[in-house]
Amino acid sequence: MSAVAKLQDKFSGDLAGKSLKALSASGQLGYGLPEAALREGVERSPDFIGCDMGSVDPGPYYLGSGELATADAMTRHDLREVLNGARKLDVPLLLGTAGTAGAKPHLEKTLRIIREIAREDGLKFRLASITADMPKDAVKAAANAGRMQTLGTMPVPSDSDIDATTNLVGQMGTDAFRRALDAEADVIVAGRACDTAIFSSVPAMLGYPMGPAMHMAKIIECTSICCTPGGRDAMLGTLEGDSFTLESMNPVRHATPLSVAAHGLYEQADPFSVREPEGALHLNDVEYEAIDDHRVRARGARWEPATQLSVKLEGATYVGERGVLLAGACDPNFIAAIDDITPGVEKTVRELLAGTVSDDFTLTFRVYGRDGVSLWPTPPDSPPHEVFIMGECIAATAEETKTILTTCKQYFLHYGFPGRLSTAGNLAFPFTPPEVITGPAYRFSVYHVMETDDLESLFPVTIEEV
Amino acid sequence: MKLTDAAKVIRSKNAGPLQITIDLMFEDRDRYDTAAASQSLSQASLAQLYGLRQDRVRVIPFPQALAIKLVFDRDIVAGDPGDKDVYGTQQHKLLLGVEL
Repeated sequence: MSAVAKLQDKFSGDLAGKSLKALSASGQLGYGLPEAALREGVERSPDFIGCDMGSVDPGPYYLGSGELATADAMTRHDLREVLNGARKLDVPLLLGTAGTAGAKPHLEKTLRIIREIAREDGLKFRLASITADMPKDAVKAAANAGRMQTLGTMPVPSDSDIDATTNLVGQMGTDAFRRALDAEADVIVAGRACDTAIFSSVPAMLGYPMGPAMHMAKIIECTSICCTPGGRDAMLGTLEGDSFTLESMNPVRHATPLSVAAHGLYEQADPFSVREPEGALHLNDVEYEAIDDHRVRARGARWEPATQLSVKLEGATYVGERGVLLAGACDPNFIAAIDDITPGVEKTVRELLAGTVSDDFTLTFRVYGRDGVSLWPTPPDSPPHEVFIMGECIAATAEETKTILTTCKQYFLHYGFPGRLSTAGNLAFPFTPPEVITGPAYRFSVYHVMETDDLESLFPVTIEEV
Repeated sequence: MKLTDAAKVIRSKNAGPLQITIDLMFEDRDRYDTAAASQSLSQASLAQLYGLRQDRVRVIPFPQALAIKLVFDRDIVAGDPGDKDVYGTQQHKLLLGVEL
């Protein structure tokens, strides 16, 4: 009997008095798992184990390039831990947003590691993979039909914007995981997915009410971050029907009514409502109660099924080859004149390189110690003692980027400005070469909500026996 | 009272690549009430402090968690060339000087 069939058997008929235990093993698989808490979680015999493996937070590079943000060795280590934990218990394992960004290359790398671990550790299971790559024609059709909503200030993408994306994914909801569960997969590896879908799809399959199930999923997907003190240790959620309980698998991390309520703010623009592909979770009437010093019970979340299905899209576009120039300075005359110096350096560089490199490169300078960090800077009260300057160049080829930065370095070092006393050089380089080529650069070009009537064709499930 | 004396957490993070959200969390109801009632944390005051248009600033009181959430639209999308803070974790600084 499959792991899914066992669950269906255990939870058949009246659910009253039956509690469903969900173990969240990691909110970001691949950065290292606190093992003691995971072991404790597995000891509690959860009914399923879930892990989130990615996010949009690390920026457009990973989505655009298909690379993982996590190191191969740690990704393998963490996947081995959760795979062995779930197979030992013979319960479903659900992984969302495979390989940081959840596009096809990320999913394939994750699946390859999983197959290797299975072979090395002698594990046998049914593996479902779910892609999240959006067909560009379908996205264009939605954009042109007015079925694309903007979030924030990014305009609706044009056909050429959509064509230019190197990877374009959608966040799958519970529906996709449900189809993989229906196929009796023991291990489900999903491309880009809503964090909540990882933990709400098993409760949905078994017939638990979606309000509390989705609310529990929303909290435990970040493991013990909802506790005080917060951390990355495995978190156990126990769904009791109209309510659920939360317990960290690390005894020093306590879930309290206030810590769990506060977690509702985390990385959310709206703490009262969470939009999912298949509906919206409303948290206005949620109540939290302390069971003891370590555990909390929650109830009151309301699920409103969507009248129109939708998918949040994320797309990234290649913008060129990036390189940086690293330098410091402490001469007060130089620091005082920096706002005139950097445009002067750029002008000189452009004049010198005209005809040698194509002129559509960008060269920007961040002055750390002054306003290199603040997105909304204010003038400093007094001039900084020292500054660190990072010049960033994005050009068509790595060779051109290197040419621009090398030229920039030399003319920046010796740039003459009014009041200059230090005529031997303006910059302190911590090492040479001070110009570093970092590789391809990307930007987010799609971050929109697309209406759809067909989730199944957007998120197809593939089954294999491992 | 300074905001830094009233709040136990003042944290900034992206809420998706197009927005920055800043959470102000308070130790007790009194401090929360003082902050929630303060003109210094009004939409207009915050827009002025950050140099943003008012319609790009939202203030969401969240009494359940003794917290106030601020949401700003980013001028520059997270990770775009020219961005300074991909995760958006260091954009709370201007609030550290706020007097309630």
